Amino acid sequence: MLRVSGLATRAGGRVLHRNIDLELHRREVLGVVGASGTGKSVLLKTIVGLMPIESGTIEILGRDIGRMSEAEFARMEDRWGVMFQDGALFSSLTVAENIAVPIKERVAMPKTLLEEICALKIALVGLPADSGRKFPAALSGGMRKRAGLARAIALDPPLVFLDEPTAGLDPIAANEFDRLVLALKESLGLTVFLVTHDLDSLVAIADRIAVLVDGSIRIGTMEEMLNDPHPWIHAYFRGPRGRAALRAADR
Amino acid sequence: MAHDGWIEATGEGDAVVLRAGGEWRITAAAALDAKLGALRLPPARHVRLDLGGIEALDTAGAWLLLRLKRALAARGSDVTLENVASDLAPLLGQVEKGPEPAPPPPRQNLFLDGLAAVGSHTEAFLATAAGQLGFLGIVVSRLLRGVRQPNRIRLVPLVAHMQRTGVSALPIVGLLSFLVGLVTAFQGAQQLERFGAEVFVVDLLGIGFLREMGVLLAAIIVAGRTGSAFTAEIGAMQVNEEIDAMRTLGLDPIEILVLPRIFALVLTLPLLTFYADLMGILGGGALCWLTLNIPPPIFVSELHNAITTQTFWLGMVKAPFFAGTIALVGCREGMNVARTAESVGRHTTSSVVQSIFLVIVIDAIFSVIFAWLNL
Repeated sequence: MLRVSGLATRAGGRVLHRNIDLELHRREVLGVVGASGTGKSVLLKTIVGLMPIESGTIEILGRDIGRMSEAEFARMEDRWGVMFQDGALFSSLTVAENIAVPIKERVAMPKTLLEEICALKIALVGLPADSGRKFPAALSGGMRKRAGLARAIALDPPLVFLDEPTAGLDPIAANEFDRLVLALKESLGLTVFLVTHDLDSLVAIADRIAVLVDGSIRIGTMEEMLNDPHPWIHAYFRGPRGRAALRAADR
Repeated sequence: MAHDGWIEATGEGDAVVLRAGGEWRITAAAALDAKLGALRLPPARHVRLDLGGIEALDTAGAWLLLRLKRALAARGSDVTLENVASDLAPLLGQVEKGPEPAPPPPRQNLFLDGLAAVGSHTEAFLATAAGQLGFLGIVVSRLLRGVRQPNRIRLVPLVAHMQRTGVSALPIVGLLSFLVGLVTAFQGAQQLERFGAEVFVVDLLGIGFLREMGVLLAAIIVAGRTGSAFTAEIGAMQVNEEIDAMRTLGLDPIEILVLPRIFALVLTLPLLTFYADLMGILGGGALCWLTLNIPPPIFVSELHNAITTQTFWLGMVKAPFFAGTIALVGCREGMNVARTAESVGRHTTSSVVQSIFLVIVIDAIFSVIFAWLNL
């Protein structure tokens, strides 16, 4: 689905990633964690083509996006959806119009059908039916994230990137968002690249975990992470919060 | 090889079989929608929807199928889904849950809405005026305290603001005044030439610039350049909760942020006005010399006849009032910014519009007063 090999990136003159190898399988949720400043968001932005690749290759659905012409890349862009941290909804459009943007860009369709599909996406992400008419400013943070997710899955992409979907949400809303991502993964067959700080979220929905340390990446299941001797990983998963999240999951 | 989505009806009487197949994806949704619309079904008690041929399904396709099912059910048919592939079932189940029909949007009446808009704008205008007066009151009370305790006036920010609002504005104010002086002299000369009275261009320039144009030009440039900057700076601090932080630390944002800006502008705008007067007359003088054959010595002596010190002071006296208004509006709009980035932009625009509007209104009031006093 997604394969990154030997990726190096640079941001503001500083080398962020030296050698990143990762592979994302079909219908898998990969949780990406790392200390602040290790370049989780930069990695995500590099993969979706918002930042330049220093060296290495990124393959999405078997195609090397670094070697694509701009036109080819634009055609590929409906194969993935990105949900930004605060939804990144266009503030001058209503929620329904926001969801319609990617659809209108790619597919010609009658207005009523478009409205029905937008209403369907709004229902899929668990927003009340009347929120389609509202402007993003009238929504709460959690609702904006859901609306951002609805826009990301507007074209039913197989691959979805989520940038800190539970940051800034209260525990109940965060938990609901986790369940939503799981449900959508099941029903829509999504593959999810999940950047997060939230241990509970990792335990709840990630199949495998990628940890960014020292400009490189380590990938494994939760058990493997728990046994990793690297001091940062040990502190992350064996620290008080990590233990609490695991205990909660066991119960 | 992928096939486009298709649907066909077979069977008759009470048992109709609808067979769907191919790719039911959003890219084909418009075509499928048209096919479904064209589908004429005999009213049947039992309809079997056979999905065995479906090769790919996304939410749009699932929605079309379920919409068809609902439409049939509404007609009184008994619909069953058949041959649903196991990997499609979760998607169909998920789509089945939603959406509920959205509640109809509130009814609109153009006339009433227009009336309501007039009302709410009037209310907003009055509220702005009242807010402005209230803010003026707060600032004046702080100002009086500042006068009683002059050591509370912060010198470093004052000088920094004077540098930014005054010194940095010199090039643009100078250039624009010079050009406006040039254009005014040129247009004036064109008209006065017909009466052989080109030399009165000097009077036009001297009186026009000293009484009105110098101060107006400087004030409008400063409103666009500095008033907006005040709003944006204070607004950004508001977004960042810096103003709230200041209050919790026992610091007074009016004293720290607003007063130095107002002082700075009240001190620099008169200086900028003087500079604008000078450059405007210089621009006009340049034109006179180059195209009207009025050499500088004659220009200066004619200027001496045309203007008095009073002419100069009648323009200059307005500058502090304009400066106070611009700074007050800019700071108040900045303090009113809500915690969103777009709100900063909205208030910045509103700050510039309001301050230019007020500058011109105040200028008109001055004209009326001067006319009364026969000045």
